[in-house]
Amino acid sequence: MTPSPPSPLLIGCAAGFSGDRVDAAGPVVDTLIARGGPAFLIFETLAERTLALAQLRRRADPDAGFEPLLDDMLRPVLARCLAHKIRIVSNFGAANPLAAARHIQAMAAGMGLPAPRIAVVAGDDLSGAQHEPLLDPLLRAQLGAAMDGIRKVSANAYIGAEAIAAALDAGAQIVVAGRVADPSLTVGPAMSHFGWRADDWDRLARATMAGHLLECGAQVCGGYFADPGYKEVPDLDAVGYPIAEIDSEGNCIIGKAARTGGVVSLAGVKEQLLYEVHDPAAYLTPDVVADISAARLSQAGPDRVALSGVRGHARPASLKVNVCHEGGWLAEGEISYAGPRAEARARLAAEVLRRRLPGLALRVDLIGALSIMGDDAGRLLAHTPAGDARDVRLRVAATHADRAQAERLPREVTALYCCGPAGGGGVRTSLTPRLNTLSCLVPREAVPLRFEMLEGVQ
Amino acid sequence: MSAGITVPLYRAAHGRTGDKGNRSNISVIAWHPDLYPVLLAQVTEAVVARHFAHRRPARVQRFELPQLAALNFVLDEVLDGGVNDALNLDTHGKALSFWLLDLPIEIPAALAPLLAGPP
Repeated sequence: MTPSPPSPLLIGCAAGFSGDRVDAAGPVVDTLIARGGPAFLIFETLAERTLALAQLRRRADPDAGFEPLLDDMLRPVLARCLAHKIRIVSNFGAANPLAAARHIQAMAAGMGLPAPRIAVVAGDDLSGAQHEPLLDPLLRAQLGAAMDGIRKVSANAYIGAEAIAAALDAGAQIVVAGRVADPSLTVGPAMSHFGWRADDWDRLARATMAGHLLECGAQVCGGYFADPGYKEVPDLDAVGYPIAEIDSEGNCIIGKAARTGGVVSLAGVKEQLLYEVHDPAAYLTPDVVADISAARLSQAGPDRVALSGVRGHARPASLKVNVCHEGGWLAEGEISYAGPRAEARARLAAEVLRRRLPGLALRVDLIGALSIMGDDAGRLLAHTPAGDARDVRLRVAATHADRAQAERLPREVTALYCCGPAGGGGVRTSLTPRLNTLSCLVPREAVPLRFEMLEGVQ
Repeated sequence: MSAGITVPLYRAAHGRTGDKGNRSNISVIAWHPDLYPVLLAQVTEAVVARHFAHRRPARVQRFELPQLAALNFVLDEVLDGGVNDALNLDTHGKALSFWLLDLPIEIPAALAPLLAGPP
């Protein structure tokens, strides 16, 4: 008699970015409870820009710098997760995982819950002056002149699943991380649950691709997919969030929370499988190089798609580090023209701005005629014959290192009220500081990683 | 040999754009496996590079995934610096898949029943 295979691991994802819906987790947790068995809930809330902004908030306030919606995301499901042994893993620690963990500890206490065991993953943050002897020579060697004169805001390494798995092995109910790679939020729980080694490349690669399908939340359940007449999605307003069922080999079936809208279809899962992938034979993560060149997808039932055929290769020797630095000022201004000859009037207004703003490289959009498909230099616009669009919003944008220079743009857009073409209205302007990003590679051994259980809990 | 019909790519395929830094990837996924060879023959690196000429791609690479009836295009340096640098409202280049899906392609008449959407 052969032993029955171990029960599959369920991993639900309740956020795909910072600012995702805070009512997403409820149905995911309901479904995990109803199905029973070992289960995790993950929230993926970091992007290049999100983390840089979090670093700025932490600079201003040492207790800030974690996901601003942490409370709204976690509070509705925290009690049920703890009661049903659904463990939570997230990068919502952003620039300050320790502060996020303390916040969760206080939240649990305030709700009258038994104190959860919370682990904090550390080591990704390379922002401090103590890391400059490591980073600066590497940045200089890899980026050369691009480094001249930049003012660093933050530096974070994309770290992998090992510290998460170790924290779970040590009994953490909640793991709070910063810049772990998105799929590692899934790989960590799978490594811990199945006891995989850190060089079990095929299994790690399969879990990585399960994590890849989960990490954008609703995007694998019919979100970011609908195209009326071509790609229909039922009840998009109530689109569900995904749950992966992962077996001991790492293969997975993607499904979604019960009683939600959306659809888990072959077409949608194909789109998400290739989302942000470059060479399908070498999807690089800190944990493994995943190879989906021979991957297969099949419909395993309604709203269930199975992924197989993923292979893995040894993980890269280096970790990617994103360095955010001050990027001067972004100036933007908009004004609308409507009715007869609206496009001609908007084009004239753009010409007025060009002549009034020498020294600023203006981007021009004619929203309603040609905008986001165009390039910053205006080549597409220059090659597009003037049309007769009758409702056009002119948008101009420029950056400048000097605030005073950037401020000229909003002033000139505002001046179009009295000095520009006929009938312009609805001026909006903004001036915002920019953050730019550079990337470099750092030897893995130069970034020591660890987890710590939050003090003050039993 | 039957005559072909010219249709926009979106009738034969769907896709999604992703971004990393100043690099965009666009999947082109056949609505039916029998349409995949048409994509393979006509949606080439050179054709895509020409279609995105105004974005000045430094390089266009095509990866083939026959078992998914899908192509994956990687376009280098088409995002005016990427999410934190571009002046475009769509700094990610999220809309670019729809630019590619507007590409005219020629379909053998016999495959016309496999096309998606209203003619």
